[in-house]
Amino acid sequence: MSGRAQPLVVGAGPAGIRAAQALVAAGLRPLVVDEAPACGGQIYRQRLVPDGRSAEALYGSEAGKAQALHRDFAALTGHIDYWPQALLWNLRDGEADIAVAGENRRVAYDGLILATGATDRILPIPGWTLPGVFTLGGSQVALKAQGCAIGSRVVFAGTGPLLYLVAWQYMKAGVEVAAVLDAAPFSAKFAMLRGLKLFPAIVLRGMRFVAELKLRGVALHSGVEGLRIEGSREVSGVAWRSGGREHRLACDGVGYGLALRSETQAADLAGCAFRFDQRDRAWLPQRDAAGRTSVPRVYLAGDGAGIFGADAAERAGERAALALCEDRRLPVSLERAARLERELARIDRFRDVLEAAFPFPAHWAGAIAGDTLLCRCEEISAGEARDAIGRYDIVELNRLKAVSRVGMGRCQGRICGGAAAELLATETGQGIEDVGRLRSQAPLKPVPLVLQPAARDRETAA
Amino acid sequence: MSQRLDVDVAIIGGGLVGSSAALALRGMGLSVALLDKGFCGAQASGVNYGGVRRQGRPRAQLPLSQRAHAVWPRLSSRIGIDGEFTRSGHLKLARGEAAMAALEAYAAIVADHDLGIELIGHNDLRERFPWIDGDVVGASLCAGDGHANPRLVSAGFASAARRAGAHVLENTPVTGATRNGTGFALEAGEGVAIRAGALINSAGAWAGPFAASFGEPVPVSRIYPSMVVTEPLAPIMTVNTGMEGGGIYARQVERGNCVVGGERGLPLPDADFSRPTGDGALAIMNRAAELFPAMRHAQAIRFWTGTEAAMPDSNPVIGPSSTTPGLFHAFGFTGAGFQIAPGVGEVLAELVRDGATSTPIEAFSIGRFADRATMPAAISDRTADGSGAARPPEPEHRGDLS
Repeated sequence: MSGRAQPLVVGAGPAGIRAAQALVAAGLRPLVVDEAPACGGQIYRQRLVPDGRSAEALYGSEAGKAQALHRDFAALTGHIDYWPQALLWNLRDGEADIAVAGENRRVAYDGLILATGATDRILPIPGWTLPGVFTLGGSQVALKAQGCAIGSRVVFAGTGPLLYLVAWQYMKAGVEVAAVLDAAPFSAKFAMLRGLKLFPAIVLRGMRFVAELKLRGVALHSGVEGLRIEGSREVSGVAWRSGGREHRLACDGVGYGLALRSETQAADLAGCAFRFDQRDRAWLPQRDAAGRTSVPRVYLAGDGAGIFGADAAERAGERAALALCEDRRLPVSLERAARLERELARIDRFRDVLEAAFPFPAHWAGAIAGDTLLCRCEEISAGEARDAIGRYDIVELNRLKAVSRVGMGRCQGRICGGAAAELLATETGQGIEDVGRLRSQAPLKPVPLVLQPAARDRETAA
Repeated sequence: MSQRLDVDVAIIGGGLVGSSAALALRGMGLSVALLDKGFCGAQASGVNYGGVRRQGRPRAQLPLSQRAHAVWPRLSSRIGIDGEFTRSGHLKLARGEAAMAALEAYAAIVADHDLGIELIGHNDLRERFPWIDGDVVGASLCAGDGHANPRLVSAGFASAARRAGAHVLENTPVTGATRNGTGFALEAGEGVAIRAGALINSAGAWAGPFAASFGEPVPVSRIYPSMVVTEPLAPIMTVNTGMEGGGIYARQVERGNCVVGGERGLPLPDADFSRPTGDGALAIMNRAAELFPAMRHAQAIRFWTGTEAAMPDSNPVIGPSSTTPGLFHAFGFTGAGFQIAPGVGEVLAELVRDGATSTPIEAFSIGRFADRATMPAAISDRTADGSGAARPPEPEHRGDLS
C-alpha cells in the first residue's frame, strides 16, 4: 500500500470510531479528524474535566457502549493519525483542507468516510433565542460534558426520543423538571408497541423514563400546540395549548428540539448525489446498504447520512470501513458485512416506529409568527422571509437565501435551513421536497481569516 | 405545460442585462418574454462582487458607464428597492511607484469624462484611510462610485419586469431559436413556443452557442471570480477598494460583513456550477489580513463563486447582430458587468425600438470577432480554456466584478 494516501475518517463519534477500528484491523492507517477535544461524538461526549461522576451517571444504560468506544479508540493510538479539535472546512478533488490550531493542513486522501453526525432540528417559536433556551442536545451536552444544568427549574419541549431521555437525565441529576411538553398527541406513542417486537429493551426503557418522570410528579403534556417561551431578557416561563386549554408555567431554563437533522455539508462538497428522504423530511446523500455514495471511494456512516441513532452508527461505521477495504481489494469478511447490514435494516424498521411515535410537527411552520426570528445569525424574522418570498416570487430555497439572507450567516443554514424550507413550502403551497436544498459551500464552519498553510501538510499525506 | 406566446421581443437570459432590458422595453409599451434556463439573476448578475465602479474601465466603456451611473441612485423608483446601493466612493490602491504612475496615467486619459477622479499621495492616504495598511504608496479615488447588493439588484430588476407585465419564464431553457419570416421562433422548456419580432441574446456565459447558431461564433470563455465573506464586523471600510494590478478588492456591507475577492474558483464536473478553491480562498484571506489590519482577527464565514462570460479583449459584446436583422447581443462582460448592466438594458431597448442608440457602443460590436484569426480552434460553452483554471489572479480592469 506504499504510495497510496491514507483513508480519511471525518468524525470520532460511534461511527467514526468503529470505522477507524475496522480500517486498522485491515492493515490500514487512517487519519481521523474530529472537532471535539476527545472522542465519543455528541452522544458519548466526554467530560472536559474529570468530576468524579461515573460512566453510569454520565451515560445511564448506555455506559457500557460509551466505555467500550472510548477504550477501543484509545487502543488505536499508534495505529492511526488522530487530530482532535480539527475542523474539516473544504473538500475538493481528493484533498481536504483542515484547520488545526490556527494553521491549514492540506491532506490528500484515498478513501473518505464521513461520520459527521447530527445536530438538533428546530422550528422557530416565540422566544427561542432568549438566554436560557437550549436545544435538547445542548441541554444534554451541558449536563454530560460540563456537569451543569441549563436552569434550576426547567421545561423540556418538542419531540423525539431525546425529549424524555434528557428530562429523565435532568431529574436523575437532581434538577427540578417542571414539565415535559410533547408536540405529538398521546395516541402517537401507541406506535411504540410495534417496536416491542424489534427492540423490546429500548421500548421498555422509554416507558420506564416516562413512568419515573410521572412518579416524581413531573407534568407530562401531549398534543402541545402554540408553544412559546416567555421572558424579556431571559426565560421566565413557557405557555402552550393542550387538551383544549391554555397553559402557563414559570421556569428559568428550556430544552427544546424536534428530533435531529443530519450534517450533510461535507458530503455535498465531496460531490455526493442527494435524494429526498420523506422520513427525515430532508435531502440526504445517497448511499447503498454498505455506505457507498455516488462518488467512488466516498462513504457515509452514522447520523450524518440520515437519523438512525448511535447503535446504527457503530454498525454503519464498521460496514463503511469494510466497503472501503473491499474497494481497495483487501480481504473482508463478507459474513460480517452481511450481518451488519441485516442489523442496520432492523434498526431502520425501528426508526419508522420512532418517527410515528415522535412525528415532526410540520404544521408549526405555517404558524411561525411574523416577528419571530427565523434566521438568528442574520436576524431575519419569519415575516421578513415571507415578504421576500412574495416580493421576488421565490419558489426555491437558494433563491430565498439570496434575497433574504436566511441561511447566509455563521451557521450557513444548519440551524435555520430546515425551518426556512418548511416555511417556503408552506408559503408557496409546494411539497417540502420541491423547494430544493441549500447548496453547501466552503468553509463548512467559520475559519480564522489568518490561516497559514502548514508546512507539514504534504508530509502527512504521503 | 405547453404554452404559446406572441411578443414583440424575446430575451434569452434573465440576468441583470436581460431583465433591465425587459423593464425598459415594457416602459416603451412593447410586449416582452424574458426566458431563463434557471432563476433570473442567479448567475453572474446575482453572485458577483457588487462593485458599482466606473473607475478603471477602458475609455470606450465610459459613455455607457456614465449612463448607468445615472440609474443607480434611482433604483427605488425604477425597481422598488434601493439594492443597498451606497455611493461610498471607489479607491484604487497603488503598490509601488509604477502602479501609482498607472493610476496617474489613467486619470489623465479619462479626464474628459468627468469621473471626478482624485489622486491621493502616501501621507494623505494614511490620514484619510487609516484602516489601510501594507506597502501602499498612493491611490486614486472616484468619489461617485460605490457598491450594491447584486443578489437584490438582479432579482429586483426581474421582479420589476414581471410586475411591469413582462412574461418571465424561469426554469425554461431555450432549446431552439431561428429566424422565421420577419421575426423569430423560439422553442423553450417543455412545450413553450414563442414568436417574437426581435430577439435579445443576453445569456451571459451561455450566450456563445446562440450567437454561433446565427452564424456569428465568438470566443466566449468562462471565468469564476471567487469571494470570501467575513462575519459582521464593526465599521472598517469607508470605501469600495481595489488594487491597481489586481489581486484584491474589498467592500464592507451595511450589515458589517466584509466581502473580499481577487482570485478565481474552478468549475465542478457540471461546468454550470463552480466552487472557490481552498488555495484561492486562503490567498484572498491572507491578503485581506495584510492590507486591512482590523480584519486580522475576523472569521471567514462564507465563500462563493459564480460563472461569468469573458471575452479575449475584456470588452463585452453589445449591439446588433452582423448576420441577422432583429437580433441583438449583450454578453461577455468579463467580470465588469454589474455597474453598466442597467445602462445596457436601456441601450438594448433603444436598439430594438429605434434601431439606434444615443450611447456610443461601436467598440463592442460582435463584428470585431469576424476575423477568424482571433478565434480559438473550437468554440464551445464548456471549453477547458474557458474554465479560468490556468489563468493568473484577476488582472486589472476585469478584476473587480463590478
